Amino acid sequence: MSHDDAHRLHDVPASVSRRNFIKGVIAGGAGVSTAAYLFRSGTLVSGQARTGAVERLITLTVNGQTRRVDVAPQETLANTLRYKLGLTGTKLGCDRAECGACTVLVDDVPRYSCSVLTHSVRTKKVQTIEGLADPDGTLHPVQAGVVLEQGFQCAFCMSGFIMATVGYLKKHPSPTREELAHGVSGNLCRCQDYDKILTALHRGSELARGVTRG
Amino acid sequence: MAIVHDVMPPFQLFQPSSADEALDLLDARPDTWVLAGGMDSFDWLKDRTKRTSAVVDLSGIDALRGIREVDGGLEIGAMTTLVDVAEHAAVNARFKMLAEAAGLVASPQIRNQGTIGGNVSQDARCWYYRRGWSCYRAGGSTCYADTPTAVNREHAILGADRCVAVSPSDTAPALVALDAQMVLRRRGSERVVDAADFFLGPDIDITRLTVREPGELLTAIRVPATFAGARHYFEKVRDRQVWDFPLVNVAAAFKESGGTIQEARVVVGAVAAKPLRLRTVEAQLAGKPATEDTAKAAGELAIAGAQALRFNAYKIPLMRNLVRRAVRGGPLAATT
Ligand SMILES: Cc1cc2nc3c(=O)[nH]c(=O)nc-3n(C[C@H](O)[C@H](O)[C@H](O)COP(=O)(O)OP(=O)(O)OC[C@H]3O[C@@H](n4cnc5c(N)ncnc54)[C@H](O)[C@@H]3O)c2cc1C
Ligand code: FES
Ligand code: FES
Repeated sequence: MSHDDAHRLHDVPASVSRRNFIKGVIAGGAGVSTAAYLFRSGTLVSGQARTGAVERLITLTVNGQTRRVDVAPQETLANTLRYKLGLTGTKLGCDRAECGACTVLVDDVPRYSCSVLTHSVRTKKVQTIEGLADPDGTLHPVQAGVVLEQGFQCAFCMSGFIMATVGYLKKHPSPTREELAHGVSGNLCRCQDYDKILTALHRGSELARGVTRG
Repeated sequence: MAIVHDVMPPFQLFQPSSADEALDLLDARPDTWVLAGGMDSFDWLKDRTKRTSAVVDLSGIDALRGIREVDGGLEIGAMTTLVDVAEHAAVNARFKMLAEAAGLVASPQIRNQGTIGGNVSQDARCWYYRRGWSCYRAGGSTCYADTPTAVNREHAILGADRCVAVSPSDTAPALVALDAQMVLRRRGSERVVDAADFFLGPDIDITRLTVREPGELLTAIRVPATFAGARHYFEKVRDRQVWDFPLVNVAAAFKESGGTIQEARVVVGAVAAKPLRLRTVEAQLAGKPATEDTAKAAGELAIAGAQALRFNAYKIPLMRNLVRRAVRGGPLAATT
């Protein structure tokens, strides 16, 4: 998004109707005049609220909080989280659905946030690594497992692995090591100590079930 | 210089809640990009190899999601995710090969988001094409993957016609083997196309992999009862056990009685631009006992006419062996 667009958004006077507002934003965003298309067909005009191109100012639910944020139509969730909401625990590795560093939960399901349009999660619950610990700072069991076993080396891939594990455990609470390996197979580690990572994540799954070891 | 991979260029985004609204949009502007899970779409847009000024996101259309019973078969909404296909009880009980194929696509996160409609509609993975080289498929007049110096380990051994790109999908061969039908809708009309006719080779159209026209949506895939409960076989061979596209995959169904094959479907993917239904092999199998000799003969017949490029000769014995395994029902038992 250019600075121009940002100004356009914030400069909209209160008296501007919603429809004109949308029109202006779209024209700014797409860099072409689109009004002719938008208002050509009767059904589109009457269905504007539902079928019209998206508004940029949207409300997201992230880590249990409601956040108002200005999001371009083509913006990915990873970019919104990192650069608009300051949640930089979510990492961007490949930006191509090929590494898993950007994994977050959308309605409890692990997704690559580099490959999700932010506008498509408006009605959903997003959870990032920042939202895992309790408000009093108590770590999530999977985080605790990682600390106990010293699971990662540089840890660039860590938040993605942890989110993938937390999501996997919601559907499969008692995985074997093998099953968990399959569950987090959509995450890569460049430092490549998968054995240690798995040990840590599996320990986390035990802690989540209240399994203690002497 | 490094390629800067930032966000996509701007586009208008439409998020209709019904298929009719989406079809109205596509009717008014057929060049609107259809977005399902985006696992193929975003690559093109991020790389700027393809551009669009408008996108219609189907993810808010609940009616396009879900699996329903229809006449003993199943109707799978195009927006059903691959994980939902892979884990669905009725798909597993009656159309095992489809569940297996969907479960072997890419990675868990991609299966959580990628849809079956997108999986059969995805574009070719030839990297010359995807990198934006002006090859035949992109409207040019050369195939960069078929030159004396080309790197073409993943490319076609059958059915090549100028372009040597292959069908990348894992679910496509399974759907062809199951005699599935594709439901295509445009504003005010609908057509139903057999899966075997849905996919296109370069001899018919070199610029697209399916018969879907601009302005049309794939709304559902119907899997008839025909091969429910038959013996199914699916196998995919790839480099890494996660993420990677098939080097070759095979999907097959056999109706058998007393050890004799009555009717067979054998379809191989990633060897040609479309999933190849091996009709001569199927005809040869009918009435034969499901024995090792039959399996061997089927494998040999399958590769008749196969032609290797510089780096993909391995695909010929691989395809032969996968067809053999399909007929046999797996790898040879280890002999001690
Ligand atoms: C890293 C990676 C690895 C992968 N590995 C595999 C693999 O091993 N096997 C495999 O089979 N696939 C693989 N894929 C491909 C992935 O599974 C497909 O890209 C995905 O299934 C496409 O579905 P989608 O819902 O994300 O579609 P999108 O990307 O949104 O759409 C794909 C194409 O189909 C069109 N389209 C989608 N739905 C419809 C519809 N209902 N009507 C009309 N047009 C439509 C879109 O316009 C677009 O052109 C991989 C992808 C990635 C990124
Ligand atoms: S950054 Fe999203 S998968 Fe690599
Ligand atoms: S610990 Fe370094 S990338 Fe995984």
